[in-house]
Amino acid sequence: MILTQIILVLFIGGFVAWRVELQRPQSAKWLSLIAIGFSLALLISFANDNHDIFYQYVKISQIPWINKFGINYAMGIDSLSFILIALTLLLGVVCVLVSWQEITDNIGFYYFNLLASLAGIVGVFSATDLFLFFFFWEVMLLPMTALIAIWGHEHRHYAAIKFFIFTQVSSLLMLLAIIVLALINQQHTGIWSFDYFELQKLTISSQTQYYLMLGFFIAFAVKLPSFPFHTWLPDAHTQAPTAGSVLLAGVLLKTGAYGLIRFVLGLFPEASLEFANIAVWLGVISILYGAKLAFAQTDFKRLVAYSSISHMGFVMLALFSFEQIAYHGALLTIVAHGLSSAALFAVAGMMYSRLHSRDLEIMGGLFSSAPVMGGMLLAFVAAAFGLPGLVNFVGEFLSLTGAFKVYPLQVVLGALGLIGSAIYGIYLFGQSFQGKVQHQIIDLTHRELLVCSSLLFLLVLFGLFPELILNHFTEYSLHTNINLITIDKLSIEVMS
Amino acid sequence: MQVLAYLPFYPLLSFLLLIMLSKNLTWLQASIISVSSVGLSALSAGYLIHNFMISADSVVAVHLWQWFKLGDAAVNFALRLDSLSAVMLGVVTGVGFLIHVFAAAYMKGDENFSRFMAYMNLFISAMLLLVLADNLVLLYLGWEGVGLCSFLLIGFWYQEPANAKAAKKAFIVTRVGDTFFAIGLFLLFREVGSLTITDIMTSNELGLLVDNNMAFWICLLFVGGAVGKSAQLPLQTWLPDAMAGPTPVSALIHAATMVTAGVYLIARMNNLFLLTPQVMTIVAIIGALTLLLAGIAALAQSDIKRVLAYSTMSQIGYMMLGLGAGAFSAGVMHLMTHAFFKALLFLTAGAIILALHHQQNMFKMGGLLKKLPVISSLFFIGVAALIALPGTSGFVSKEAIIAELYSSKTAGPWFWWAAIVGALITSVYSFRMVFLTFFGQYRGCAEITKPSHYLLIMPLFLLAVLALAGGLITLDLTALFDVNVIDISTEPSWLHSVAVATPFIGIVIAYLIYFPHAGKTIRESKSKLTLFIQNGLGFNGLYSLLLVKPFLFLSKCNKNDVVELLIKAISWNVVTWHEVLKATQTASLRWYLAMLALGVIILLAVLLGQTSGELA
Repeated sequence: MILTQIILVLFIGGFVAWRVELQRPQSAKWLSLIAIGFSLALLISFANDNHDIFYQYVKISQIPWINKFGINYAMGIDSLSFILIALTLLLGVVCVLVSWQEITDNIGFYYFNLLASLAGIVGVFSATDLFLFFFFWEVMLLPMTALIAIWGHEHRHYAAIKFFIFTQVSSLLMLLAIIVLALINQQHTGIWSFDYFELQKLTISSQTQYYLMLGFFIAFAVKLPSFPFHTWLPDAHTQAPTAGSVLLAGVLLKTGAYGLIRFVLGLFPEASLEFANIAVWLGVISILYGAKLAFAQTDFKRLVAYSSISHMGFVMLALFSFEQIAYHGALLTIVAHGLSSAALFAVAGMMYSRLHSRDLEIMGGLFSSAPVMGGMLLAFVAAAFGLPGLVNFVGEFLSLTGAFKVYPLQVVLGALGLIGSAIYGIYLFGQSFQGKVQHQIIDLTHRELLVCSSLLFLLVLFGLFPELILNHFTEYSLHTNINLITIDKLSIEVMS
Repeated sequence: MQVLAYLPFYPLLSFLLLIMLSKNLTWLQASIISVSSVGLSALSAGYLIHNFMISADSVVAVHLWQWFKLGDAAVNFALRLDSLSAVMLGVVTGVGFLIHVFAAAYMKGDENFSRFMAYMNLFISAMLLLVLADNLVLLYLGWEGVGLCSFLLIGFWYQEPANAKAAKKAFIVTRVGDTFFAIGLFLLFREVGSLTITDIMTSNELGLLVDNNMAFWICLLFVGGAVGKSAQLPLQTWLPDAMAGPTPVSALIHAATMVTAGVYLIARMNNLFLLTPQVMTIVAIIGALTLLLAGIAALAQSDIKRVLAYSTMSQIGYMMLGLGAGAFSAGVMHLMTHAFFKALLFLTAGAIILALHHQQNMFKMGGLLKKLPVISSLFFIGVAALIALPGTSGFVSKEAIIAELYSSKTAGPWFWWAAIVGALITSVYSFRMVFLTFFGQYRGCAEITKPSHYLLIMPLFLLAVLALAGGLITLDLTALFDVNVIDISTEPSWLHSVAVATPFIGIVIAYLIYFPHAGKTIRESKSKLTLFIQNGLGFNGLYSLLLVKPFLFLSKCNKNDVVELLIKAISWNVVTWHEVLKATQTASLRWYLAMLALGVIILLAVLLGQTSGELA
């Protein structure tokens, strides 16, 4: 029940914050912080007592919901879910801290939306019933759209609608695939079920499997995002308020990666393998295209947004290479990008609050007045371009090294992204903090320093000790996650 | 071995301390912290080398923690000291310490002094990890780390756009090389299954690498990384611009240590390179071409630091040439002596620049021998070692390289001649610099203030001693490089005499052309040819035309993302059809009836047309 408790704490906490703010101004942020902190504490205490069960994906609670169709309120957890939920809650704290002074209108409702969105994301990472998964998928989107539409920047309505339509259309395909999957199960076994573990046992003809897989794949590729489904992201990231961008880049994109691992690879291993070549190419194109477009931008947040596309390309490339090393790399990249892009957007927000602009061309020489901020930005940029010692490097290195065995050409092309990321990263730092002094700004406040330094601490910690994460992904859990044994056999067949 | 385990981390600790306390520290506090941390590393290095590097095959290793696993192969944070890394360790900590002392005095007045010393410390730390790494991933960590520090230090005076631009250029150009290196690592791991250096050296798979030609590709990719870091053709263009950094940076990073990382990498991987004579020859060709081109470019410079930069490129060319010929020991020896005399040259040049209030143009100097006799004589010692006059350290190492070229299987007479011509050019540009700077009349207008701080002068004397006597340090690297390339029997007897005589001929030529006799006017040449050579023989323009401009053009063209057009097309269709259909909803009964009638008529006409068609 622990996951349900976390979701309830977040949701009710958000609601209480909203109502109380009306009576006592300035209380919402504290209440939100307490709610997220409390759910983080719940998660940690649960993990301390039960970490043995994380090695395989297990259901930890189940309540019948819609009996007629065999739909259950069923939650489960394993290391993958755990790490993503922990990342979500952690960035939730960051979100509250960066919103501290930025949000001035409708404060209570803002925090309600923020926490509701977090609750939805936690639900996405823990649902083991496909119908419930879809339910949470929608729950996280609505408050997110509201965050962009109400508290965003100048083109917020356009960006919010675009974000909403992209996600809705693609999740419609997923819904269709889920229903067809349940129907097939009903025909085979005679009972209705949306249970992940039941559906995983199904044997489906390869063609049907391919189409079903595509339904899921497109939904998650939009979310990831992968070329050519990425165009919602620059607008949404740029227009969202700072916490919205942090949440979008830090965790919402990860639901795409999670979906790919859990559902596309987990439910349709054979079809995924068949599709792997295309997916790997999409990953490579995303890496290069994202990096090149990032360099072309003059808007700070837009640049970081395109860089996200580039980094998520590494995840796609790694996942579809079906290599254990690359899989580890993808996991680390997910965490690394969650931390580093959140940090970059947080810094973008801090700069916006001082300069009231995101335009890199009017910036310059900020280092003279804000050296601490400059140092932090440089560190986060260095994380983005994969400086060894920070966790992003280990993620990318493992991804590429692992995938190289299977897709040498694609990896060589993807590795050019390392040059691309250096170019846009250095451009970002150089344009804003080097050169002639254009503005004098105030350096980081204590609250901002806390946000930046804790994110940097985690980037360095996992960069030097990635085993802290990878230890939980032994080969055993890998097999239950993506059925590598069968894949190995299959790949031999395909190659011969 | 605790001593080894802590060694690279003293400067890192000092970096953290300086960055956190930054402006709260006085000059004295910051200098003591930064210099003593490097001093501590140097003492540890001395202790280790003295006590444990007794024979050629001594090894000290320490395992810190497991970094991550590549399948079954562990990649560790582990340090390993053998005779090759001991040489590098000595250079990095020893020369690094002296440069830190100098820098503390040189940068005394700068408002961001602590930040400067912090970056220098971080650099030393990264460089130490590079040379002590027990596996190639950790080496790569150091490799990227020094690159970042190089970026930070070149752009230290970031408010000047030219400096920031040079810093970016250095970072991105070397990053191109780094990416080759990274791809080389992927390939090496796929073939050998490990990235630990000792595993690679003793792997049973090495034979297979030759058979499937993978050794060729791996080594070629590594050379790609090496030419980026070591500023060799074709990735050499960043080094002259990197002189925008403060002079101690040029001495430390862009002369003594970081730029020799490529040489170290190839020497480290010598077992692999020996498998592929083709790549060895490619390395030799790159070295020979670079040493000649850089030497020619040095002839036309007017900025004293740029002369030294091209000279560095050219000397690293010698090292590469030596490695390519199989003369690994001689190459590494030259790496060491070059670090001594080039650091000396840069620092004395720095002292001169300081004395002339940041004047770097040699045509605004002249006659400094009389005004700054001590510094001038120290500079002469550096020049003597650079052009390899007998009795200096440069002579020992450079002659050792040249001696092994003629009968090497992967080099040969052509390469020998290239090295000789290069030596001639070296001595011509060196003495051009000497004559312009120290002889004739003083042509500047700034008043000369003699640098007197003892911290500024003391390191120069120590480096001068090393530049002279550094050749006496015997390097026993036989345990690593067991190749002998000299075959005396087939070599003509005059080789050695020519090699020794060449620098003197160069001096004579330089004297005839450049010596500022009384009455001779010294002018900066502005002819097209001079400018072409001065700008590095057109490489910058070529790359700008072939790479930079197309990339910028593509970026600019597609700033708004073509995929977005597709999405816009869809939404345009939706909106347009929505408007069209909406326009028919007029809520006017007459209009609806008229449309209904029109529809019926059209339908009838179509039906009639069809039936008449069938009848006919």
